[in-house]
Amino acid sequence: MTVPALALSGLVKSFDRPVVKGVDLTIEAGEFYALLGPNGAGKTTILRMVAGLLEPDAGEISVFGIDARRDPVAAKRVMAWVSDEPMVYDRLTPLEYLDFVAGLWQMDPARARRAAHELVDWLGLAPHANELCGGFSKGMLQKVALAGALVHDPRLIILDEPLTGLDAGSARQVKTVLLDKVRDGVTVIMTTHILEVAERMAERIGVISEGRLIAQGTLAELRARIGRETTLEEIFLDLTQGSRAA
Amino acid sequence: MNATPASLAFFARHELRLAWRDFFAMMTGGRRARLIGFVAGGALIYGLLTAIAWAVAAPWVEQGVFADRQTLVLVSGMGLLFWTVTLSQALESVTRVYYARSDLDLILSSPTSSRQVFAVRAGAVVVTTAALGALLVSPLVVVLAFLDGPHWLAAFLVLAALAALSVAIAMAITLALFRLVGPRRTRFIAQIVAALVGAGFVIGIQAAAILAYGDYSRLALFQSADILAAAPPAESLLWLPARAAMGDVGAAMLLLVAALAVLGGTIAVTAPSYGRLASSAAGLSHVRRQRRPSRLAFRAASQRQVLRRKEWRLLQRDPWLLSQTLMQMLYLVPPALLLWINYGDGEGAYIVVVPVLAMAAGQLAGGLAWLAISGEDAHDLVATAPLTPATILRAKVEAVLAVIAVVLAPLLLLMAVSSWRMALVTALCAGLSAASATAIQLWFRVVARRAMFRRRQVASRAATLCEAFASITWAATGALLAAGSPIAILPAVVAIGVVALARLIAPRPARK
Repeated sequence: MTVPALALSGLVKSFDRPVVKGVDLTIEAGEFYALLGPNGAGKTTILRMVAGLLEPDAGEISVFGIDARRDPVAAKRVMAWVSDEPMVYDRLTPLEYLDFVAGLWQMDPARARRAAHELVDWLGLAPHANELCGGFSKGMLQKVALAGALVHDPRLIILDEPLTGLDAGSARQVKTVLLDKVRDGVTVIMTTHILEVAERMAERIGVISEGRLIAQGTLAELRARIGRETTLEEIFLDLTQGSRAA
Repeated sequence: MNATPASLAFFARHELRLAWRDFFAMMTGGRRARLIGFVAGGALIYGLLTAIAWAVAAPWVEQGVFADRQTLVLVSGMGLLFWTVTLSQALESVTRVYYARSDLDLILSSPTSSRQVFAVRAGAVVVTTAALGALLVSPLVVVLAFLDGPHWLAAFLVLAALAALSVAIAMAITLALFRLVGPRRTRFIAQIVAALVGAGFVIGIQAAAILAYGDYSRLALFQSADILAAAPPAESLLWLPARAAMGDVGAAMLLLVAALAVLGGTIAVTAPSYGRLASSAAGLSHVRRQRRPSRLAFRAASQRQVLRRKEWRLLQRDPWLLSQTLMQMLYLVPPALLLWINYGDGEGAYIVVVPVLAMAAGQLAGGLAWLAISGEDAHDLVATAPLTPATILRAKVEAVLAVIAVVLAPLLLLMAVSSWRMALVTALCAGLSAASATAIQLWFRVVARRAMFRRRQVASRAATLCEAFASITWAATGALLAAGSPIAILPAVVAIGVVALARLIAPRPARK
């Protein structure tokens, strides 16, 4: 039996109120998993706990068999996190940023240099590789952040609304990059409000509502669950509204 | 009453509301309870300043205050010093009117007159500059008014005139810079000019006093026989501002009217180009420049080295840090001069040099530590990297202390040639001062953008006060050690106590 890329068990987190209420979730290696949910459902909180940005109140997080709560550094070594607000240094160039990221992940310099230049070319950033990021558009910043996430060859990529604010061309590029990575065996977990993206790209979809995982499966499985041959949008609304009414 | 939309009153109300909410948020940090502490602390400091003013003014008033030449030279000199600080502040504020307003896009894209917006914002700068100045000098003016008569209140009119004149000059300089060097370099050069004006004159006077009279006091120059001999007679018009400041209401009114006329004229000349220049400044965020790729890129390095290199690179490229650091560095000029002219003349000068350097090291370290530790723009990236929080913090602290070491090293070397013992004392006290400031910033760290740097002092007043007290007490330790006094142990113990207190009151790191 292969080790899952991510296994969550009984994950709980409260701020001033409970936000994540005991989530169990298993995602296999090489899977493209979309996590959906209404605003404030707890998606980002779950992913931030996985990335090591938040400490869970209870529960277990296992990344490729590594206990992320006990050995966060080892878990982080195989992960990458991309948030919806690209956090990039205004006063570094994309290449300097990638050099910094490669250094943090202690990559072999020659391999890092090659990967950085490939990514910069691949994402259409080559003409801007030596310009300070401060003047970049949101789309370009998101590409720089994505390049940072990919440069160290992570086995698990977690993306929180990565397509927010991107133009059609940039969004297509990002989607292509992610699908290529999944083909190479990388696991991708992504939250999105663009349901068509989840419908077309994800192998499995999880729906979070009010801090609980209320449904998950392939699109066909979710359709079967609500008993209608319909779009993901309909399924999503049906599940989340039903969950709130309950 | 509602103001007519897009009128001067409408914009003035808008500005006032924003300024008040901004001020309130800065003072309370979002918690109303902190306002009580702020008011109580402010009242305490004001009371202390008033007591000091009383101690200074009472003997003077007792002897009788006369507008003789000696007094006029002294008042003019001190007024000039104060005015340069006002001018420096006005220059920075006016630059911000062009560069740092998030609502410019909204206002400039609306069908309203950018001239009106500019006039209101210029007025707001005058009011804030005057208010800050009034707050600073009011203890002395109020004491003088109480002891010698209400005519002293005319000093506030002089203050308003100085603020108006400062803003007018600042606007003229900014406009000239836009024309001469373009929007990209204007902010950068304006910062340097502001720092040089603010600190340069003060330091220049001090340097002149040191070189001519071997005295560290600025007053020495204003009271010197040479200056008094060269000064015009007491009836000269040159002394009009000094007379106004000393309670001549007619002179004060004349000064205020003249300054307001200059301000009005400058606004009339400057306002028409405001929309265009502000747009060109705002457009800079879309302008990109090629940088030469670093030779050090993609070289093998440890995680700590990588973090340190990143910090140094960002510090070097920080747009607002320059003026702050320049100011700190300028304050090192007088002690360096004193060191130079006293070279080989015994160790008396060190009583001044050692504490100044210790103080400067602490203040510089505090600013740099905030930028490195709290001002992390890619917090998520660093927090998700495979390294422990302790490694991250250690690298950042190393980056800060290394910068301090590089700044101080030349002065310490110069000192070591003259007296290795004093170099050692300075290194020790400056090191402890820098380490204390860094530790305090570490304990009070928050997650913030680097752009918030200017607000760091109001974000945590406890941290700012602890940092300042620690620097002062290490400086006092240095001075007493330089004097060879065994009581140096006392301020050292107080300094350790301040640092311990900071550790005690620092908020516990929030559970993520």
